[in-house]
Amino acid sequence: MTTAPKFDQLKVGDTLPPLKLAPISRHQLALYCGGSGDHNPIHVDIDFAKKFGFKDVFAHGMLSMAFLGRLVTSWVPQTQVRKLGTRFTSITWVGDTITVSGKVTGKREEGGQKLVDLEVKCTNQNGQDTLQGDATVALN
Amino acid sequence: MQLDKKLIGHTFKPFTTTVEAGKIRLFCKAIGEEDPIYVDEAAAKKAGYRAIPAPPTFLTAVTNDDPDKGGLLRLLNVDIGLILHGEQHYEYLAPVHVGDKITCQQKVVDIYDKKGGALWFVVSETELKDQAGKPVAKAKGITVVRNPDAAKK
Repeated sequence: MTTAPKFDQLKVGDTLPPLKLAPISRHQLALYCGGSGDHNPIHVDIDFAKKFGFKDVFAHGMLSMAFLGRLVTSWVPQTQVRKLGTRFTSITWVGDTITVSGKVTGKREEGGQKLVDLEVKCTNQNGQDTLQGDATVALN
Repeated sequence: MQLDKKLIGHTFKPFTTTVEAGKIRLFCKAIGEEDPIYVDEAAAKKAGYRAIPAPPTFLTAVTNDDPDKGGLLRLLNVDIGLILHGEQHYEYLAPVHVGDKITCQQKVVDIYDKKGGALWFVVSETELKDQAGKPVAKAKGITVVRNPDAAKK
């Protein structure tokens, strides 16, 4: 169970504990294909991926977005997550090692809620961002 | 290849799907989520949930459970091998739990191209409501279509 940080104790620039993930495996992509209902063969069938000009299969963007979700819900209880969004900025290849990180970019009060805005992202082993996202959480 | 901008405003047939514990368990295994609240009802209740909650991006599994799967690609007449995911945004309005019956309705809200038609962008929004008709989330996605003709020029 996650215990949320306190609104008053946070400041812009504070970072979330990062998630360092194991390399993306073909097995993980197969599980995500079934688990998410995204059955696009480009993520699991190398013959299909090559036919469409790719060197190999690559991860579902939404798998990486799920990592952003894990980062945020490991920091605050899920009931306090108001928004989660991302741009998919580069392809995550099978074998890539992803680190998920986040930091506080803003604090505001709106509609009686104390809201904290976050920048969240996935970065590969070469230091390249694969997802550039943002989240909003409500804190006490 | 050119996409038809007249499809902006197209509304898909809504569908309803039930949030299932087994699906959440497989989803969590796939994403490496190990918090017991997503697999163990007692742990979820102890943490204050009325049942096992759906993780934030499990909504993609909900919206993918459309019996008319692939409707957007058929509408656009685009091959699945040509698409990439450009953006995804969720706004969470109420928690979604195991047992909830979620109705999804997707609408095309914009279509535009970049790089002289080499890439096309299709923006769609989906409203998710629970069995009481209460909105639980809004999803906005951008699908990128690679124009197979662009490389030939």
